[in-house]
Amino acid sequence: MAWVRGIVVVLGLVAVWQAVIGLTGVPEFILPPPLDVARALAADASLLAEHSAVTLAEILIGLACGAALGAATALAMAAWRPARDWILPVIVASQAIPVFALAPILVLWLGFDLWPKIAMATLIIYFPVASSFFDGLRRTEPGYLDLARTMGAARGTMLRRIRVPAALPALASGLRVGVAVAPIGAVVGEWVGASAGLGHLMLHAKARVETPRMFAALILLAVIGVALYLAADWLLRRAVAWHTESNPAED
Amino acid sequence: MRVSPGATAPSIAAFSVTVHAAGLDFGGAPLFEALDLKLEAGSWTCLLGPSGVGKTSLLRLIAGLIEPWPGSTIACSDGGPIAGRIAYMAQQDLLLPWLSALDNVLLGARLRRETIDGAIRERARWLLARVGLAEKLAALPASLSGGQRQRVALARTLFEARPLVLMDEPFSALDAITRHQLQALGAELLHGATVLHVTHDPWEALRLADRLYVMSGAPARLGDLVVPPGAPPRDVAAAGLAARHAELLTLLAAGLREAA
Repeated sequence: MAWVRGIVVVLGLVAVWQAVIGLTGVPEFILPPPLDVARALAADASLLAEHSAVTLAEILIGLACGAALGAATALAMAAWRPARDWILPVIVASQAIPVFALAPILVLWLGFDLWPKIAMATLIIYFPVASSFFDGLRRTEPGYLDLARTMGAARGTMLRRIRVPAALPALASGLRVGVAVAPIGAVVGEWVGASAGLGHLMLHAKARVETPRMFAALILLAVIGVALYLAADWLLRRAVAWHTESNPAED
Repeated sequence: MRVSPGATAPSIAAFSVTVHAAGLDFGGAPLFEALDLKLEAGSWTCLLGPSGVGKTSLLRLIAGLIEPWPGSTIACSDGGPIAGRIAYMAQQDLLLPWLSALDNVLLGARLRRETIDGAIRERARWLLARVGLAEKLAALPASLSGGQRQRVALARTLFEARPLVLMDEPFSALDAITRHQLQALGAELLHGATVLHVTHDPWEALRLADRLYVMSGAPARLGDLVVPPGAPPRDVAAAGLAARHAELLTLLAAGLREAA
């Protein structure tokens, strides 16, 4: 059923797209018709695939780094009080700086290759992962902790055996958000300065008014984003299968 | 140390616990002060009283989960510490949802970083069989009924094999039939351990108690009551039990009025 819904939504969006062109008569270098974009997708397939692979690599490496750093930060803050008192305010304050504003600086520091994009993706993923996981670690059911104390658990064991597993659903929520925003980091990095990647390809195509190619790159970005999210959601659901979910719409 | 499957709580010598001059604040007001309580070695002590009177706090105090006022003392008759010698069972089953029934029973051993060998696993399996869950070893808590979950919690409490068992309304979230079954099972399997059982259910107390205290007032005091004759678990249909139940209800209601 979910597949059918997905196809219906995509077809519906394409129909709206075509209808907008038909109704407004907008020139095709502003909004190309779906068929032109499909042709661009087919004609430039190998070029698009090459650049997609670059962007996907940036996103995946950024995801791994951001998730690892975020989870490690949350664990450090949970395990060690001074870490929480010193790191938490810095993390929260750091969110006042727009990641986009950092992009030019990162390019300046790290060059035009993969690294500034990976750094952008890492930065954008880090916060949701760290804050969700830390929240989860703080909200352990007090009864579990009482029980563990009466059983003679040491603090470290309690963290590892009770708090961490209990916080995994919260970590999973953070990772879902991270996966959803990761492409933003990579693409913004590519816009600021890159020699490859879908973001770079879009800028290049824009300069030459190859609007269908821009849209083709955009569609691939959306496909990458959705595919990543679905894959992550599938994996995370399996990882915390014990966590029972309820649907608010069925209350 | 190899533990035979048959060994439950009584395998360790029971000791009595004396709480003396205990005082505790709750929300700025003294919940109780200068409170004395003795848990006799190897006997089942029920603590009855209305909600909010401080039963749970007293139990948590003995469990070492909250700090009493300075001057309060809790002593074991054998001179040993309380810590490390208690098993705790709460109203919520507190089963970890990511662990199977078997792993939940083994939780204490895991948390103490003991080596879990075949004999220990065998004992956990045996205990789960004793509470009627031999078929549910691998089941996650979410797939068990409330009664089954509390059975796992009982098996976990028994697995700890501690001489002092602290139970905070362990059966009160269950339906009447399941509660009745689990009371009998608990009385049988915990026979010989020193038990403190907090409850608000007079029937339960009359059924299970060797010693019976009613906690009432603010700050709370303990009233020592005569328990019905016969060994627990007593038949609720036994002569005189209904009359005692009515008496207890009157007493508890008086305690409630006093608190109000």
